[in-house]
Amino acid sequence: MAAFDLIIVGAGIVGCACADAVSAAGWRTAVIEPGPVGGGATAAAMGHLVAMDDDAAELALTHDSIRRWQAFAALPAAEFSRCGTLWVARNEAEANAIDTRIARLAAVGIRAQVLDAKALYQHEPALAPGLLAGMLVADEAVVYPPAMARHLLQQAGARGAALHLGRRVQALTSGGAMLDDHSHLDGPVLLATGGALPELAPQLPMRLRKGHLVITDRYPGALRHQVLELGYADSAHGHAASSVAFNVQPRPTGQVLIGSSREFDVTDTAVSPPMLQRMLQHAFTFMPMLRQLHAIRAWTGLRPATPDGLPYLGAVPGMDDVWVAAGHEGLGVTTALGSAQLIVDLLRGHTPAIDPAPYAPARVLT
Amino acid sequence: MTETRHIVIVGAGPAGLAAARAATSHGARVSVIDAQPAAGGQVWRHDVAHASKRAARVAIAALERVEWLAGHTVIAATGQTLLVESRDGAFDIGYDALILATGARELLLPFPGWTLPGVTGAGGLQALAKQGWPLAGKRVIVAGSGPLLLASAASLRAHGAQVLGVYEQASRHAVTTFAARLWRWPQRAVQALALRTRLASVPYRCASHVRAALGDDRLEAVEIVSPHGVTRIACNYLAIGYGLVPNTGLAELLGCALQVGPTHPAVQVDALGRTSVANVYAAGEIGGIGGLACARIEGTIAGHMAAGDSETAAACLPRRARARRFATALAHTFTLDPRLHALATPDTIVCRCEDVTLADLAAAGDGRGARLATRCGMGACQGRICGSALTELGHASPRGVRLPLFPARLDTLASTSTTTFP
Amino acid sequence: MSAPKSIRLSVNGQPVEVPSGTSVAVAVAQATSVFRRSRHGQPRAPLCGMGMCFECRVNIDGRAHVRACMTPARDGMQVRSDD
Repeated sequence: MAAFDLIIVGAGIVGCACADAVSAAGWRTAVIEPGPVGGGATAAAMGHLVAMDDDAAELALTHDSIRRWQAFAALPAAEFSRCGTLWVARNEAEANAIDTRIARLAAVGIRAQVLDAKALYQHEPALAPGLLAGMLVADEAVVYPPAMARHLLQQAGARGAALHLGRRVQALTSGGAMLDDHSHLDGPVLLATGGALPELAPQLPMRLRKGHLVITDRYPGALRHQVLELGYADSAHGHAASSVAFNVQPRPTGQVLIGSSREFDVTDTAVSPPMLQRMLQHAFTFMPMLRQLHAIRAWTGLRPATPDGLPYLGAVPGMDDVWVAAGHEGLGVTTALGSAQLIVDLLRGHTPAIDPAPYAPARVLT
Repeated sequence: MTETRHIVIVGAGPAGLAAARAATSHGARVSVIDAQPAAGGQVWRHDVAHASKRAARVAIAALERVEWLAGHTVIAATGQTLLVESRDGAFDIGYDALILATGARELLLPFPGWTLPGVTGAGGLQALAKQGWPLAGKRVIVAGSGPLLLASAASLRAHGAQVLGVYEQASRHAVTTFAARLWRWPQRAVQALALRTRLASVPYRCASHVRAALGDDRLEAVEIVSPHGVTRIACNYLAIGYGLVPNTGLAELLGCALQVGPTHPAVQVDALGRTSVANVYAAGEIGGIGGLACARIEGTIAGHMAAGDSETAAACLPRRARARRFATALAHTFTLDPRLHALATPDTIVCRCEDVTLADLAAAGDGRGARLATRCGMGACQGRICGSALTELGHASPRGVRLPLFPARLDTLASTSTTTFP
Repeated sequence: MSAPKSIRLSVNGQPVEVPSGTSVAVAVAQATSVFRRSRHGQPRAPLCGMGMCFECRVNIDGRAHVRACMTPARDGMQVRSDD
């Protein structure tokens, strides 16, 4: 029986970030992953490091995590591209809310500026006419998630972490975990299994929220910033069975990545033509030039969604020595590093940089 | 009044054209779709400098009785509807029966210098020549494997190229044994003899392969390995191909089962051209590389079957069996020398679209994880070139086909004629 | 009315004349051996000749990423390659 200070189940971006942080703290770590590293929701993700200001707890975690991401700005594997985020308002209500958003971001030290219509089109000429105003968060960036996940895991491996790749945890046992090859690992367990969390912790509610993405051929200069509609949170934080929200991103390769869509409780990962159509038609209303770009690939991902949209970060109630870092919805990449540090601090009994209460798993069981 | 059956045929090469002729003979409403601007596929590709073979002209005449959609590409398929894109727009086309005659592409293996301008497929340079590519007086080496090399060499010569030699990787023994058996297929024997005559002054070397293409910004010379050692030959073009791979993308998108066993996927079909999906038939190369005779007879069978005439289809079965036997013999002769799997060096590019080298892939491990990390296969060719090469070299096959089947305008993916949103 | 015997178009600003019925790929080849630059800037030209490899992509009349080997040359086309 191998003994560890922490056994991490799942090598998506969150599990890998945790492996890196925990091993850096000197702990003897094991990581168990049945599929390719970063092969789940991480592989489908846009890789956008973005602050969403609608929820204070989400914003705190996001801000903390984005700060930590800056350390990777020069790492080739990250493909870190500081394209900035441009939020666009299509109606008076959205335009009028910009100042409040800027203030909320400023309160946590994130710099954002309002753009009037003229400035908006100067910043992003391809936008459809008729938009009222915008908000530019110039320092935000995008990364390439699967390569980052692998990098973080390699760091952990270099510090001696035991990587059980191609293996699956069959069951949690008292004192550890049993793998599908019947080997047993001894030690506290951290579940970083994303949407698969209910398999090992069925008491924690988790829903899958399917999203579509399309990537185009190379069109360098077509798009200067990541662009989102200010109404994006209505989709992300809403509870509609299905919704779309405008989101485009220039990849460092010059390719354009287009999203977004959300559908609850659909586990079929095949691309749904009607959903794709809806997402694209919505996108065209913000950026008509997208119509002529060539799509090379379309794919889907399943975001892990908790009832209140905040991840579970902390001890799993009712289980001994089992912890969880899962349920990040569409912010898994953004908040991976902050989540990992929060977990390390909780495990070591240190005071975390941000208040951990909003993410406590026990909150859903009262 | 009874509804006329609408039969859609994807591919206007020999198989698709034969299917069109057979289907229209029953009065069915037929549409033929091909991404190329002209009919004929690859084997009967329109040649700007030479008149078409009579057989091709006759076959192409069948298009007069169909809705002929040249320059149209199938992008997606749902239910019994295909989403089709052309230069000017996109639309849905429904069908009662579908015949897949999407043909094959060349198997191109990575080796040092293969990305240089001037290095093309063997069939590739022939296709370019037929489009009018200037080859007069150009020094050309033809290499790789298979009977396609001879056909290509003859065609290139006819377009004015100076073909310096044909370098076949199979052994002399394999090739001469095969040639000795050609009497069983008289038509082929005649073809082969004709080719040899036209190429009488062109050296044909067996057990030879190209190990490198040399040049700075374009091809200047190649290095050839033969039983006599390594030779460097200055040339303008290297036309190199290692056989053919079925274009199974649309079949896979439709859910057609693939054959177990062959290195490269082929669609599972019975002798009457039925795939595992109801109302979907397949003919020609996509059911297994079989050449022109297989394509024509299987296209005919599929056309009759799609139109509901299984009796006439069944009468073609003996001819089909003979054609398929030849194809099998061919495949055995030209199996690839394992040394070809090791031609690529660590800095050889494997994925041309994303500039991923063999070393990049090796560093990332194998399988899906490696492709995710390097983005190998995620470029414009959607893994068609690198995917088949990696499969041949023994790496895990990339995952199944997704939509869009070919790069398509976002406008096309967004188009809908019938869907309403909640 | 018979088809024109030759087609006049421009490739990278250079006038090019090709016989009627030839492809844009052929027209480009008159002007340059570089159709596009790869991700790391390497020169590329047609490989497969049949629309599978996507190495022959050029810009035709403002439309990017058109496969030259699949496109018949037309009078007045403005073609730009990546050289």
